[in-house]
Amino acid sequence: MGKDVEEIIMAGFGGQGILFLGKILAEVGMAAGRHVSWIPSYGPEMRGGTANCTVVISTTPIASPIVQEPDTLLAMNRPSVARFQPKVKKGGTLIYNASLIEGEAWRDDLNVIAVPASRIADELGNAKVANLVMAGAYVRHCPFLDYQKVLADLPKVIPAKKVEMAEINRAAFVRGYEYQG
Amino acid sequence: MADKVLMKGNEVIGEAAVLAGCRYYFGYPITPQSELPAYLARRLPEVEGVFLQAESEVAAINMVYGAASAGARVMTSSSSPGVSLKQEGLSYIAGAEMPCVVVNVVRGGPGLGNISPAQSDYWQATRGGGHGDYRTLVLAPNSVQEMADMTIAAFELADRFRNPVLLLVDGILGQMMEPVQLPAPTTYDINQKPWALGNPNPRKGGRNLCSTIFLDVEQLEEHNWHLYQKYQVVTDEFAKGAYKHLAVETHAVDDAEIVLVGYGIISRILKTVVEKARKRGIKAGLVRPKTLWPFPSQVLADLAAKTKQFLVVEMSCGQMVEDVKLAVDGKKPVFFFGRTGGTVPSDFEILNEVDKLVRPD
Repeated sequence: MGKDVEEIIMAGFGGQGILFLGKILAEVGMAAGRHVSWIPSYGPEMRGGTANCTVVISTTPIASPIVQEPDTLLAMNRPSVARFQPKVKKGGTLIYNASLIEGEAWRDDLNVIAVPASRIADELGNAKVANLVMAGAYVRHCPFLDYQKVLADLPKVIPAKKVEMAEINRAAFVRGYEYQG
Repeated sequence: MADKVLMKGNEVIGEAAVLAGCRYYFGYPITPQSELPAYLARRLPEVEGVFLQAESEVAAINMVYGAASAGARVMTSSSSPGVSLKQEGLSYIAGAEMPCVVVNVVRGGPGLGNISPAQSDYWQATRGGGHGDYRTLVLAPNSVQEMADMTIAAFELADRFRNPVLLLVDGILGQMMEPVQLPAPTTYDINQKPWALGNPNPRKGGRNLCSTIFLDVEQLEEHNWHLYQKYQVVTDEFAKGAYKHLAVETHAVDDAEIVLVGYGIISRILKTVVEKARKRGIKAGLVRPKTLWPFPSQVLADLAAKTKQFLVVEMSCGQMVEDVKLAVDGKKPVFFFGRTGGTVPSDFEILNEVDKLVRPD
């Protein structure tokens, strides 16, 4: 069943769908039968600056939902790397949006994965689905989430009013999952 | 039973209020609780209820007074500065013995402070807050599930004791999402309270009156002692264990050499601290007051005979610590660790404090 607790921080610009990315991961964790918690940053950064969000997915009830040292960081912009890379647990995973982040000094004790999330989203015709590309990339590297099950649950987690939107959501998630640098 | 759903704490309070039969909400938006009025603005009309965004917090709490006088289950919510504005009305409501639920999703103060989570309204909540000799019951959930359960309990307690009940929640709990199992709806009859307006009262000249005016000295003194006796009944019932599930939670206290005390989100961090401390060979335990008034003093008094010391942790400069000291009554040392201004203490820094206390060398 994989590891017992997975603590994730995701961060980016307001408008990149960071909080929603967290909600997707919490929902799929819940659908996988795990305990989950989701805490947003709700400060002034909501109004256009940087946003971040903390998700815990655990086999046992979650004591503290506050995360100091995440297992995984999903970084959607450069300020997120500066702020959160130092906090990631030794041996943890850092997935970053390579379309907007380059030339960073990466820690050598992390599993660093580049995913051009914004470029893939643009190719799909909707810049807003970069968060779903990141979700796909995360599921690929998460030891306990089953790709096929998450893919099947996706329409429930992201109810899309239009068929085209549901298709783009799915495509973004699949592209993120399948991306290999 | 319905399936678990992933919901935000603030929204869960709104839904639980509806399930408890609350059909009236009056409030004014303020971060970090605005999702609650936003939710009820959509939800209450679906159940033929009334959602009203008042012109101010002062107006909202007095609308609550009116709806409660009419026998309705009614709620208002705000965050710290807004709850300060409600204190005058809350004093009237407590004086007139009107049941209602008031939610405070606490942010940093004093003054405008900031919108980050805090626990610095403990004194305001548990000591009355407004003028006059009165008490409000105060419930402090630590999870989204408890925010549902305690909202429903708050309405029941309010009716049971004809008293306002406060739900004291910090900004994190209001904002966080967790899976929640919502309880079945209860039906509430607005005409079930014999003291409410509109019902006949043969003793008082044919009609009920909800008022706080006692111009006559003897009458007011009699009313004050009547309220006092009611608060004694509340305290006694809690002390006797009538609301055991609501009063207090203990964790690993039986062999504890140090007992940590905290409520709300802090209690969850403390649970992690207890686990980490025990891995280091430190016998730590946890007492979590779930009801802040009446305060679960007896549990702490009993532990004072067994443990060596207490450490109270709060997101304030130290408020609940006074109640812990009163309960422990000098029998064992009571220490305090706090962070403020929106800083949530980490389990590392609390564990560090525990280390220093247990191994002072």
